[in-house]
Amino acid sequence: MSFLLTCPNCGVREVTDFGFGGEVSQRPTERPTWRELNTYNYFRRNVAGVQREWWVHRSGCRAWFLAERDTRTNEVLWTALPNAAPSPSPGTAVAS
Amino acid sequence: MRDLFRKRRMWRRPTELKSSYDVVVIGGGSHGLATAHYLREHGITNVAVLEKSYIGSGAAGRNTTILRSNYKTPEGARFYDASVKLYEGLSRELDFNLLFSQCGHLTLAHSDRAMFVMANRAEVNRLQGIDSRLIGPDEVKQLAPAMYVGPDTSYPITGALHHPPGGIIRHDAVVWGLARSADAGGAEIHPYTEVLGLDRSGDRITGVRTSRGDVRAGVVLNCTAGWSTLLCDMAGVQLPITTHILQACVTEPVKPFLDVVVVSSQMHIYISQSDRGEFVMGSEIEPWTTYRTQGTLNFLQDLTRHTLELFPQLEHARILRAWAGLCDLSPDYSPILGRTEVENFHVSAGWGTYGFKAAPIVGKTLAELVATDRTPELIAPFALERFYRDDLVSELAAAAVSH
Repeated sequence: MSFLLTCPNCGVREVTDFGFGGEVSQRPTERPTWRELNTYNYFRRNVAGVQREWWVHRSGCRAWFLAERDTRTNEVLWTALPNAAPSPSPGTAVAS
Repeated sequence: MRDLFRKRRMWRRPTELKSSYDVVVIGGGSHGLATAHYLREHGITNVAVLEKSYIGSGAAGRNTTILRSNYKTPEGARFYDASVKLYEGLSRELDFNLLFSQCGHLTLAHSDRAMFVMANRAEVNRLQGIDSRLIGPDEVKQLAPAMYVGPDTSYPITGALHHPPGGIIRHDAVVWGLARSADAGGAEIHPYTEVLGLDRSGDRITGVRTSRGDVRAGVVLNCTAGWSTLLCDMAGVQLPITTHILQACVTEPVKPFLDVVVVSSQMHIYISQSDRGEFVMGSEIEPWTTYRTQGTLNFLQDLTRHTLELFPQLEHARILRAWAGLCDLSPDYSPILGRTEVENFHVSAGWGTYGFKAAPIVGKTLAELVATDRTPELIAPFALERFYRDDLVSELAAAAVSH
């Protein structure tokens, strides 16, 4: 099912208006090993459930924002600009 | 003919799970069943194939049945070519007509850049002994006379990569034929048996917990495509995979007028006409991740618009069905095949949009891995470990747009 997203600046739009930026992931340490860096680059949690993720309003204001969405139903729980985002739901990752 | 109308069951439906199996295959799709089929050759028959729904209910029953081997990397081309060769003999091997039609495969080019990339692919393919060559618009017109090749379109056709051994096959028959053979060899097929957890002790998986009871397992294989991450989580193995939907649709049957598979990367479509006359059309994956297999309207809009540019004759054809399946996309568009850091837990994952065409060779190589405990050379480049080393096998150019 296609779904709607609410851009924090522009309001409700179809998902095709947006670019998907992937799940929010933990940044590696300051001097990561080769393996840590590759893990950060390639490996994903890919959860079936609530996922904290990045979106960009590509065909609109071009702002990056955060959302939490249930990947089993595509229900979007909330969207917010990074500085206004609620604390993460249990089981989701935070950018550190 | 008798086989086509048989009333006997083609495989047993065992009532109970045994307490222990030498090999537990998770996923009753084309890969899982092919592995069970080829394990016979090694005399390994104490095998269970566990499927959470009916067999072939996932990607094996949702793909667009296209087979080809004209990949971009030598590793990929070699691997998929071995698969097409196995498919060529599979009807005979399984004694079951899989309706494989090697009608040829055209990947359209719409720019000089695309022609360059395809010339490169053709050379890689030829070095591997794969029939694949670059052709111009005139030859495209000869191979697909019903297709509109004229210059006054959004995407004028500058040429194509022609791959004569490519074609289409009856995908459900592949599942059924493999299931029948696996069953005849002694493997048990357990549909409606969902894996709920894996028991890990040190570097080994010792047991599989299912919705119908727990079993002990010598070796566990994860052949669950879109759900690979979830099964690997149970084993404590991380994967570099994201799950997306890929969609396809068919029109009502019309008289035959296309006997070649047509793919356009730039237009994001692939089209073939089935033996029943239906046009089978597929598009690109949705960019966002999801586990929900429901289709989108923008898919139908984009796909039909592009299809009509190539085949205006279909203007009044009605869509019979549209559907979505889950794809386990890897970062380099190559599979993740073989060993993991857990000693007796192997994966066939990261299949994105190209898993079905690899089913027999996956089965054969995974069976060999299980039987000999050595990774076959053909699949060594596709080890999970490559992502930790950043040693990728990039098929972006030949697989990013499906088929």
